[in-house]
Amino acid sequence: MKLKSYISKFFAVLSLMTISLSAANAVVTNIIPFGPGGESDVTARMQQSYYKNIYNDDIVVQYKPGGGGGVGWASLNSEKDDGSVIMGVNLPHIIMQPIAKGDAAGYKTDDINVFSFFHYTPDAILVEASSPYNTLEELLDFAKKNPGNLTFSGSGTYSANHLLTISLNQKAKVTTTYVPFKGTGAAVQALLGKQVVASAGYSTVAAAQGSKVRMLAVASEERLPAFPDVPTFKELGYKIVSGAYRGYALPKSASKATVKEWSDRIMKINADPAFIKQMEDNAFVVVNIGHKEMKKFMKEQIKENEKIAKELGLIK
Amino acid sequence: MTNIFADFLSSLSLLNLGLAFSGVVAGIIIGALPGLSATMAVAILVPFTFSLEPSSGLIVLGAIYTGAIFGGSWSAILINTPGTPSAVATTFDGYPMAKSGNGDLAMSISCMSSFVGGIVGVICLALFAPPLASISLKFGPTEYFWLAILGLTLISTLAEGDNIKSLIGACLGLLMSMIGVAVIGGDMRMTWNISFLNSGIEIVSAMIGLFCIPVILDLTSMKGKHLSENVTPKSLRLKESFLIIYRKKFETLRGALIGTFIGILPGAGGSIASIVSYGEAKRSSKNKDNFGKGEPEGLIASETANNATVGGGFIPTLCLGIPGTPPDAVILGALLVQGIRTGDTLFTEQSSIVYTFIFGLLLATIMMLPLGLLMGRYAYKSIIKVPREILIPIIIFLTIIGSYSIQNNILNVYFMFFFGLIGWILNRAGFKASPIVLGLVLGQIAEQGFVQAYIIGNAQDNILANYFARPISIALVLFILMGLFLPTLKRIYNRRKNA
Repeated sequence: MKLKSYISKFFAVLSLMTISLSAANAVVTNIIPFGPGGESDVTARMQQSYYKNIYNDDIVVQYKPGGGGGVGWASLNSEKDDGSVIMGVNLPHIIMQPIAKGDAAGYKTDDINVFSFFHYTPDAILVEASSPYNTLEELLDFAKKNPGNLTFSGSGTYSANHLLTISLNQKAKVTTTYVPFKGTGAAVQALLGKQVVASAGYSTVAAAQGSKVRMLAVASEERLPAFPDVPTFKELGYKIVSGAYRGYALPKSASKATVKEWSDRIMKINADPAFIKQMEDNAFVVVNIGHKEMKKFMKEQIKENEKIAKELGLIK
Repeated sequence: MTNIFADFLSSLSLLNLGLAFSGVVAGIIIGALPGLSATMAVAILVPFTFSLEPSSGLIVLGAIYTGAIFGGSWSAILINTPGTPSAVATTFDGYPMAKSGNGDLAMSISCMSSFVGGIVGVICLALFAPPLASISLKFGPTEYFWLAILGLTLISTLAEGDNIKSLIGACLGLLMSMIGVAVIGGDMRMTWNISFLNSGIEIVSAMIGLFCIPVILDLTSMKGKHLSENVTPKSLRLKESFLIIYRKKFETLRGALIGTFIGILPGAGGSIASIVSYGEAKRSSKNKDNFGKGEPEGLIASETANNATVGGGFIPTLCLGIPGTPPDAVILGALLVQGIRTGDTLFTEQSSIVYTFIFGLLLATIMMLPLGLLMGRYAYKSIIKVPREILIPIIIFLTIIGSYSIQNNILNVYFMFFFGLIGWILNRAGFKASPIVLGLVLGQIAEQGFVQAYIIGNAQDNILANYFARPISIALVLFILMGLFLPTLKRIYNRRKNA
């Protein structure tokens, strides 16, 4: 009897130790302000093994979900500033949330010390494989003839997906209905289940779902390497280049050297051909915006997003 | 066929066996500690699986997940605190059993039921994944709405004590579920300019507070031991538990099938599964009146269903690339990083990884039976042996760690205590915690489903048809009406007959 209890005690302690050790051993924590499984999580996971190869260290991904990322960003500046903690940041989120929610967002865009954007996922319009619509033109024709009847599933309100449908409404002069879902997974489920006519999502959905969906147009500057046959909105005559940028930030109090070091680390992973291939296969577009270019880039993005916010009536 | 056999053998390698073993052990412990979740454990371990073969990595992740869902029943039985939302229904009968000195029996029954549920779920995953995945796509916003309403109507039938008070509690939960930024529309609701509230009430910390704090306070004010000890505390009461389950074999299988089916619906999850299964068990049972007072049948219903959702949840994850539950989402991410594409082709083109994984999951579920029984015995013994003065601080410590680690945020701890206070006051007034928590969980699903169905119905120029004229919704509405009116009709009929 005694032996048995010792054995179970031993295993209890052993397994607890494994877990706490694995957390303590990590030098760097990467806080993703969303739940698991989204694009931010997946790309952070992809970086993990490259980071380990280059720096022989582990990055541990931690989730701090809530408020579309806002809960995490509101707490960014109280994290350690010695470079042992970085946090994922997303555009348009960190610009649109403070505009839409004001003080209640809990942070201002300026509070966030972004040091790099390493990829973006262009917005895209997708239909289910058996859908009668083969081109964006056909889909928009349906919308023109039946105002309001074209439904798009997408992730969240005032998100990149939502903004895409608003831009499309304006540029193509149509009326469509946007149906927000909680997360990309639920939006795709609605598309595959034919609950909606089409989906306003990211190019990554097309890569993940393969032959089950058809991407009609993608909001990137150029066609994507993984989808050479899918036209861009620009080619089709709609000036829409949009999507979600993802990168990392440090607390504001971090030293210049820390910021530079981290920016270099992320860029170094970004330069690895194997990493680029893995990203492109999944329809992520690799971009290299480091700490030097950040000020200018953010200024442009803020201007662009404020314009959209005005059209939405969020700013008067 | 020979291929599948080879996959089976490769899942039996010594390394994989060892990984499944330690995964199950770690999972059970994590699940048993309130607040430490399967999602967290799986997320921490993902980078370490990159150095393993993809299938071995998947086996250890699956084993932790299986173990954690089962482990949630321990705290539900021993301290009336569900380790995960899917164990809420386990508290209904598990805790009363433990209180009356049958804790060891409850632990053994819960382990065996979880085993059966887990096995049925995994078998369905292995044999019927693609067709079941296509069924899950038939569930649109309308169906999710009705399913959540079905869960809410069951609250009134299943809750212990006063029906009216349960319904008021559920409404309170519904009201709290609306706090925060609305997913649809983005409005800020009842946030009082506190940015922490933007993301809504965090369910697990609210749950720990509502369930656990009142127990701790009662424990402090009460004399004697936490759980009364059994007369024969030395056995696992294996034979007794086995006979109970064997006698209820159809009920056990029914719970497992309900769990698998609800598991394939992404986002519905173990909490709805165990509630629906519990409600169905109570409705059809001969011992109706004993439910909520320590009826093993209720425990079986809840535990088979929530472990069956593990296998069920992997069906949309692997076939559609849509994660069924948060731990599934982490595992899906790990798959993508390994370069494995999900979808129907996964079962044909990359079948060896998939089948090795499924066999690994099966292996983990089988290992869970002896491990769970032995470890459960030890956990039960320590809970009844440890003096109150030591037990109380340990539980408080665990609730703090648990609620902090959900989002690594101290505010969750304050909220947990706040809810604990509310829960204690409401408890005094006769309101139970479970309807509030279920209202909180189901409210979000119901609201989103309702509004999405409204928007879609509006776009199709036929709102009513979108709610009532879809085959699955009609069936769900009938279930709801039956659940609401059948007991009353029966009572009237019986009264007439007696008169």
